[in-house]
Amino acid sequence: MPTIIPQLTIGAVDLGAAFLFMYGLKRMSSPVTAPSGIMVAGVGMAVAVLASFLYAFDVGAAARPHLMVNLGLAVLALALGGGVAWWSGRKVAMTAMPQMVAIYNGMGGGAAAAIAAVELFGDKPDGVTQLTVTLIGALIGAVSLSGSLVAWAKLDGVIKGPLRVRGQQVFNALVMAATLAVGGYIVAATHGVVASPLATPDLIWLFLGCALAFGVLMTLPIGGADMPVVISIYNAFTGLAVGLEGFVLQNPALMIAGMVVGAAGTLLTLLMAKAMNRSVGNILFTNFGVAPRHVQGDIKGSLKPVEASDAGIFMRYAASVIIVPGYGLAVAQGQQKLYEFVKLLQAAGVSVKFAVHPVAGRMPGQMDVLLAEAGVPYDMIFQLEDINDEFATTDVALVIGANDVVNPAARTDKSSPIFGMPILNADKAKKVYVVKRGEGKGYAGIVNALFYGDNCDMVYGDAAAVLTKMIEAVRALGSKAAA
Amino acid sequence: MQFAISIDGFVAIYIFMLAGFAGWVIIGHVPAILHTPLMSGSNFVHGIVVVGGIFALLNASTVLEQAIGFFAVLLGAGNAAGGFAVTDRMLAMFQPSGPKPAHARHGRRKTSHPKKA
Repeated sequence: MPTIIPQLTIGAVDLGAAFLFMYGLKRMSSPVTAPSGIMVAGVGMAVAVLASFLYAFDVGAAARPHLMVNLGLAVLALALGGGVAWWSGRKVAMTAMPQMVAIYNGMGGGAAAAIAAVELFGDKPDGVTQLTVTLIGALIGAVSLSGSLVAWAKLDGVIKGPLRVRGQQVFNALVMAATLAVGGYIVAATHGVVASPLATPDLIWLFLGCALAFGVLMTLPIGGADMPVVISIYNAFTGLAVGLEGFVLQNPALMIAGMVVGAAGTLLTLLMAKAMNRSVGNILFTNFGVAPRHVQGDIKGSLKPVEASDAGIFMRYAASVIIVPGYGLAVAQGQQKLYEFVKLLQAAGVSVKFAVHPVAGRMPGQMDVLLAEAGVPYDMIFQLEDINDEFATTDVALVIGANDVVNPAARTDKSSPIFGMPILNADKAKKVYVVKRGEGKGYAGIVNALFYGDNCDMVYGDAAAVLTKMIEAVRALGSKAAA
Repeated sequence: MQFAISIDGFVAIYIFMLAGFAGWVIIGHVPAILHTPLMSGSNFVHGIVVVGGIFALLNASTVLEQAIGFFAVLLGAGNAAGGFAVTDRMLAMFQPSGPKPAHARHGRRKTSHPKKA
């Protein structure tokens, strides 16, 4: 039996790959072991891909004459897709990471849908269950593909602003219903329950087209700020689609990897939504930001601008400083300057910590990556629940390019759109400096009471420029003291 | 002996259920600091779809199936290679403060990656 050896090899390798994926993901859940975790998962992927060429020994009779062409196509596609994605992944800027992840995710969804399409056009699914699962996998994969592409376009600024028209949700529901109806019709027609006016391939095209359209329609009305959650949902979708197609192909490695990601992606989505104080349904189906702005109560106090150099010197003589970085810091590309300033403070004996809000940046955890890129060690970076109590005993809170995540209205003002969102208690520090471009509002479009507090001074200007001034001021002190 | 894998009905549901639980538990204890690398890391893991794409392409018997199969492998390979590239890049940046200077290790990791697709 010439096919037994390849079958055994593929089975054993896929089993190993499934183990390595789970072990790798487990290692990725701590910063200490994470870099080795991705390598472990990478080894699993590499051997699984190599072993999959052994399928060549076991192809169906119809495909046998095409085997050499198909092998060539497979190698070409691997080299082309893998090479281009590898190259772009190596050179993409860390600030553009969310849209890059969206693209890779869309590709995975597209691959799952394409596998389903090959199976459908080849009339390969066996029985009602397999056919139904193939169709559901195709639907989820196609939605993930087109939806991820829209998410990418929004994050990259190709599509500006949410696109909303009246009755959109009803229309979207109708498209979804049509997709399901076509899918049901394909099952019924294939198994001879109903006669079909259309040939099956036409129905399959129609089904895929509807699914792709639904992905676009569903994503268009969602605002740019919510895109990371949407990407996370599509990540879970792709995992699910891969798992379902794994069942159709009778490949347990695909089933396990897909379902692990489906569950993990769902959990990540829920965590992100919780950090934003929104429910997933609220993000997907309500138009955040179109509701009439609520009228804010009077805010006492005034904005007090100060010079960057004064603020820098004040922090030099403080005992403890907590830095709250926001996306404004990344926009100004000020992370390197910030760490330079921090190292100066540390050299002067100041205790410095970073407090990162779960949704700082354009994607949860992105700020942590940006700080790490600048060389900030991860044991200096603290998450909300670990550091929030420390603000009250800290001399200075330095807020750079962050706004809504330090707005005390989230604790006090029940009518505020961000009420209930967990925030960093920067306002409780003895002194607060806010580095900000101008007097504008944050993403949620609300005035920040923190800025008007008695203990708060504003430092206006580009974050990188402000930090440069602070560094110069503190350095000048040092040289004077030495002289 | 029979090595062909056949998964049906309840067995499939059991696999899905256990894998789902595994994913939920594995990710459950992840600190928020790793959310972005983890999202791209799990994104990389579903790049295994490329294996299904290769299977579908090798068994393609019409030009249409070949064309779609080609795209399945192309997209799946992009998912896997791109997901690995960005996740590895991000995770290599996470360094503890300590005796070893952060830049040295960062630079080494960046240049010495085995290429894979």
